[in-house]
Amino acid sequence: MPVLTEDKRIIIPPPRRPDDGGGDGGGSGDSYSSFPISKEQIGLWVLLTAIIMLFAGLTSAYIVLRGVPTWQNIQLPSLIWPNTFVLLLSSLTLELGKRAIRKNRIGTMNRWLGLSALLGVLFIAGQLAAWRQLVHAGVYLPSTLQSGFFYILTGLHGLHITGGIIALGFVMVKAAQNRLTAFNHQSLKLCTTYWHFMDGLWVYLFVLLLLS
Amino acid sequence: MDAHTAEHTHHELGFWRKYVFSTDHKIIGIQYLVTAMAMAVVGGTLSMLMRYQLGWPSLVSPTLGKILPIAFQGNIMAPEFYISLVTMHGTLMVFFLFTAVLTGGFGNFLIPLQIGARDMAFPFLNALSYWVFLVSCIVIFSALFVTSGAPLGGWTAYAPLSAIPGSGPGQDTGMTLWITAIALFSASGLMGGLNYITTILTMRTRGLSMMRLPLTQWSLLITAVLGLLAFPVLLAAGILLTFDRIGGTSFFVPAGIIMNQMPLDHSGGHPLLWQHLFWFFGHPEVYIVILPAMGMASDILSTFCRKPIFSYRMMVYSMVAISVLSFVVWGHHMFVSGMNPFLGSVFTLTTLLIAVPSAVKTFNWLGTVWGARIRFTSAGLFSIGFVSMFVSGGLSGLFLGTSAADIQLQDTYFVVAHFHQVMAVAPLFAAFAGLYFWFPKMFGRFMNETLGKIHFWFTFAGAYCVFFPMHILGVGGQMRRIYDPTQYAFLQQQQPLNVFISVSAFVLGAAQLVFLVNFFVSIYAGRRVLENNPWHANTLEWTAPCPPGHGNFGEELPEVYRWPFDYGVPGAAEDFIPQTTPIGAVAKH
Repeated sequence: MPVLTEDKRIIIPPPRRPDDGGGDGGGSGDSYSSFPISKEQIGLWVLLTAIIMLFAGLTSAYIVLRGVPTWQNIQLPSLIWPNTFVLLLSSLTLELGKRAIRKNRIGTMNRWLGLSALLGVLFIAGQLAAWRQLVHAGVYLPSTLQSGFFYILTGLHGLHITGGIIALGFVMVKAAQNRLTAFNHQSLKLCTTYWHFMDGLWVYLFVLLLLS
Repeated sequence: MDAHTAEHTHHELGFWRKYVFSTDHKIIGIQYLVTAMAMAVVGGTLSMLMRYQLGWPSLVSPTLGKILPIAFQGNIMAPEFYISLVTMHGTLMVFFLFTAVLTGGFGNFLIPLQIGARDMAFPFLNALSYWVFLVSCIVIFSALFVTSGAPLGGWTAYAPLSAIPGSGPGQDTGMTLWITAIALFSASGLMGGLNYITTILTMRTRGLSMMRLPLTQWSLLITAVLGLLAFPVLLAAGILLTFDRIGGTSFFVPAGIIMNQMPLDHSGGHPLLWQHLFWFFGHPEVYIVILPAMGMASDILSTFCRKPIFSYRMMVYSMVAISVLSFVVWGHHMFVSGMNPFLGSVFTLTTLLIAVPSAVKTFNWLGTVWGARIRFTSAGLFSIGFVSMFVSGGLSGLFLGTSAADIQLQDTYFVVAHFHQVMAVAPLFAAFAGLYFWFPKMFGRFMNETLGKIHFWFTFAGAYCVFFPMHILGVGGQMRRIYDPTQYAFLQQQQPLNVFISVSAFVLGAAQLVFLVNFFVSIYAGRRVLENNPWHANTLEWTAPCPPGHGNFGEELPEVYRWPFDYGVPGAAEDFIPQTTPIGAVAKH
């Protein structure tokens, strides 16, 4: 919104220059392109497409192998229910953090981001504990085809969540340096998109494993 | 803006940051090119050893026995060594030469230059992509030197051979290195593809709408999308394979396998699953190789024919059609692997459908050449050679795509002939065309034209002499990956043809040495380029100096007013109008 200063100059907020959230701030600034979506956003969607294809490949393998006679379902560990709740909650807190910065409430945003990262770590710890539950039940990676998929799918998803926590850490460092504003917080937006995506991916994997 | 631009155009870096650990897309492109060329020399040498064995099976050679004592025990090539040659040749050429040179090399060098940008969208990620690629090259190269030998599974690494480490001498460490290298290569390709898509979509200069892009750029964009959708599936398969090998899982290992009289304790998976996952990646992969070749050859052909490319829009649409269809044809690699015959018919139909956009492109190239005053430079010759090779190789694809014929021809030299012509020699021709064409832009000097023409004619004749007779061998029954055809009485009568192919292959290989000498000597001693646009081409890279400085263009980025194919426009004084020429500013007769 334009602001009129005392000496009658009109200050217009700077054109939305993406902060260096998803990219690496290299020397490629003066592009004339009128393309409506920022390069960081496109980069993120490209990355998410690749992740979709990775899990689509694994899903197709899962569906094919469900048809072989040696397929055996396992009892899924009970802990993945609360873990799912924790992850859904972390998406909510991150979204609240994003809404706070839109109203320029830096302190509120910082608290929500911190809580989200904490919930993310809790989810990872919960997933590891779920693995322990399985081990105690005598179900290992090679025990059945489904147990193999369980460890691999949760493991890969956990790695992606870990990546999300690291990204969130970078955003929090940036927030601590007061580099996020209501006009300019693309890194947080990108991080939130990624986080929601991972959340949805987990729900999908959960349903896939559950409905065998 | 001024200070910003100045920062791009004048800022000096030391030798290491400028030429080695560079984030400049041009340096990264050249690094990709040179690394891929090194891998090509290795892969080519392996094919020479294969032709040596096939031409003169089990010939006693004390010299080779001294050079390669393990591979030539008793001075005769060991069968395991031959199969590892097949595997390594295929892997090196498909991934580390073609995919790397066309998308990594030309993609990096050309994308910002042809769209009027100063660099890629994410320069650091771009540099990282190259360094991960280099590590993957070192890993795959080291597979040649492990004591248990290089992997034996072919470039397709079929399970369960690839899933059981004890199944062959190279299947332990060698196969592990293979999977590692392919995983690293996929990661590097993803970083590259992310850059290509983002850069082409968001960083085009003023006036450069999508329908004014050179076909090279369209092909690189489509290729990046293909890679984005295909490589993660290979990675997924590779993850499952790795767990089969080291984690004791049984995704690809069927139950009841007995090895060395001992039953394996795998509980039972599905070996065909690997083939499905591999070819779901593998078929788009061959288009990842051929599409950039098509794009580059189209632009170069148009430049040296001094005519616009025939039917630009159909060229774009046919590439899109090919890329969409490429995801629904993978079953044609598996007609005899065990497939419902109805499904076989479906894959036959989709495969033959892909011939339609391919034929559209072919006729458009012919339409471009038709009635043209062709300038027979080395680059122009190689782009014409590309069309020739693509047509010859593509026609045999019609036989292989039809399941009824393929059941006879599957796993014979007919297949070897087909894929070498269409996805090895054809892209190689386009890559050579690109090298001769953009060499002045890369290094500020020309390659030697006489040597270039010698290189072209020997390569063109050599490639046909090597690969055309293979169709006959295949119809005669010679199996793919066979170590010694003379072991079968019914193949012995074809042996003179094998000798002819081997001699031709050595000539073809020697012709590439002419190219290598020309390339490396010309970097330092070639004729200097005195103008920005020596070929009188229209695209944006030719408005930049040869070689372009850091930031590519001067203070202002170029502005585009027209498509890139205004060659031979009636009434214009010159037979080319660069994209930066405003509509009203064309000099008249």
